[in-house]
Amino acid sequence: MNQDDLANIAAQTKQADSRYDHVIKVCVAAGCLSANSDQVKTQIESEVKQRGLETCCKVKGVGCMGLCAAGPLVSGDTNEKMFQNVTPADASAILDSVMDDKPAPANIVIDSHLDFFTGQKKIVLENSGEIDPERVEDYIAADGYEALFHCITKLKPLGVIEQVTKSGLRGRGGAGFPTGLKWTTVYKAGSGQKYVICNADEGDPGAFMDRSVLESDPHRVLEGMAIAGYAVGANKGFIYCRAEYPLAVKRLRTAIRQAESNGLLGMNIGDTHFDFKIEIRLGAGAFVCGEETALIASIEGGRGTPRPRPPFPAQQGLWNSPTLINNVETFANIPPIIRRGGEWYSSIGTEKSKGTKVFALAGRVTNTGLIEVPMGITLREIIFKLGGGIPEGRRFKAVQSGGPSGGCVPEQFLDIPVDYDSLASVGSIMGSGGMIVMDETSCMVDVAKFFMDFCMTESCGKCVPCRVGTTQMHNILELISLGQATQKDLNRLQELTGMVKAASLCGLGQTAPNPTLTTLRYFMDEYRAHIEEGRCPAGICHPVKVEEEAEVGV
Amino acid sequence: MLPTSKIVSPPSDDKRWKIVDGMMRRHGHEPHALIEVLHTVQETFGFLTDDGLRYVAASLRVPTSRVYGVATFYHFFTMRPPGRHTCVVCTGTACHIKGASTLLSAVQEEAKIKLGETTKDGNLSLLTARCLGSCGLAPAVVFDGQVAGKITTESIKKRVRDFLGNDQETEILAVGEHQ
Repeated sequence: MNQDDLANIAAQTKQADSRYDHVIKVCVAAGCLSANSDQVKTQIESEVKQRGLETCCKVKGVGCMGLCAAGPLVSGDTNEKMFQNVTPADASAILDSVMDDKPAPANIVIDSHLDFFTGQKKIVLENSGEIDPERVEDYIAADGYEALFHCITKLKPLGVIEQVTKSGLRGRGGAGFPTGLKWTTVYKAGSGQKYVICNADEGDPGAFMDRSVLESDPHRVLEGMAIAGYAVGANKGFIYCRAEYPLAVKRLRTAIRQAESNGLLGMNIGDTHFDFKIEIRLGAGAFVCGEETALIASIEGGRGTPRPRPPFPAQQGLWNSPTLINNVETFANIPPIIRRGGEWYSSIGTEKSKGTKVFALAGRVTNTGLIEVPMGITLREIIFKLGGGIPEGRRFKAVQSGGPSGGCVPEQFLDIPVDYDSLASVGSIMGSGGMIVMDETSCMVDVAKFFMDFCMTESCGKCVPCRVGTTQMHNILELISLGQATQKDLNRLQELTGMVKAASLCGLGQTAPNPTLTTLRYFMDEYRAHIEEGRCPAGICHPVKVEEEAEVGV
Repeated sequence: MLPTSKIVSPPSDDKRWKIVDGMMRRHGHEPHALIEVLHTVQETFGFLTDDGLRYVAASLRVPTSRVYGVATFYHFFTMRPPGRHTCVVCTGTACHIKGASTLLSAVQEEAKIKLGETTKDGNLSLLTARCLGSCGLAPAVVFDGQVAGKITTESIKKRVRDFLGNDQETEILAVGEHQ
């Protein structure tokens, strides 16, 4: 396939679609599927057939529309009409509404002008909820693979890297390393065998951005990887995806097969000398494999244990070859950056954090789901405007970003802009994009214990500070939640947080104390209530105050 | 050194080993395909057996110790046969905030098994998942591979009772007779 063929497919697909007066889109991403959206789709299709409307109304399965908690979601035409909690029985009402503009039952109508929808800026998710993730033609019609063809026919590898550097894009996996710089390092690392790896091991609990991107727009990630391969001089890519995401894996497999049979991946892409192949590797449920050196060990077929850096994977990675590792969302940002230029991308966001970020908003918040917002938006806007605030009139307590590596941000910092540096300044991290809102029913000691339990179990055991330190910290947190801790234990906990942070081998251990540190910093009163009064303010833990005599022995 | 050219035959004449063989062939019997192959074994047989691990080790020319190391390192692999039904409670952050631990104790109470165990009659296994990525549906539970969202203590107990079915009753009866 060459550029003309690509343009032809795009034109044909657009023309075929324009024959329909109406389109009804049904979300078939994992969230809505588990609420039986496939049955909804089948029912709408048969209703369309029954009314003899096949020639003017198209029913298609699309990716995530964002508002996952209200699924299954259905939308009509230009998303002016949206429906929530749809059951197969609503098929007829939806058709009436879309075709004949009759009002649909109030319980299934969502206001498409909600801040949740209008407050977003979609770049990574521009195709989510719009195209059929299982059809490459749909992606091509949405300017898909245009960026890849532009790169391999018109740009030199350094020209591609220049655009990425100009865009100011930083790694979306959490640490925020400048993507252009990483690409340059791999580019300069000799001319031998190199690899590109897409980190889709979204192990961070409470995060589902990558799953959604892979399920809704898999070709975009493939295109981003191929562009990266061309830029750094690699001919082979791996996607390391969690085995817990079967639908994402299935859609990726379909996408790779389609891309290969259309000459968009494989040998001599676009009739040039550029070859690029992509394989999928399944994770097996180890959080530490999100760390790049552990991930490489896992792709090599071993236990996922990290190794000291340097050498960085950019110099010595997979099978000791220079390897570029980026996260799903980072790769998904690449095609639009190439299509519209690095300068356009850098015009969005803040001075040091460019572009948009996808967040998975969950927990005690009215609108749960996926949002993409420009960097620099405040936490308050995300939670209270887009998220619709806290349900049941409860009080906001904290928002947790960055999962087990991040921290809990209290109310007083709700007005800080969301970017890499501001979040770090209050002890949290941007992380991969999980954002869990907590209200007064959450106990912060319990939350700290929850994350420490996570890190303790997920510690690979290679280095002592992490293996032993997380266990000790967890034991102390357990004592606190049982009301059996003393001031001495609290001091020891504080000592340990510093030690584990400073002495651990990889990111898992180095960041494991963050949830504890931030809760100690901002919610010390809750710790004190457990220790001194034997009381859990949220009523989650059931501390029993120990008798004074018992304490003497401690 | 492990033999490099010996043809290894499957541990039994179970036809399902052909699926595993196919996977190994696809990866050219490369040692780095170990995790992919273990996934296939588990998908095909439901769990990893000692025989299976030895077979994979010999076929991919990887020391058995390393295969065992990998199989036990990753949470996804299990070396115990699962029950006829599985109930996987998500314990991700969003689910935790919305009460996953109460769901867990509800199942433990109802089925009288601990986490990671299977009922004596082999009807139900209780497991947890780190995060299903279905945080919008929190708290989420996977019943027999199907994700279900917004689960309550009542709804999970009902599902568990359905899974336990009549077998549970007969077992209680049997226990009663025994006494």
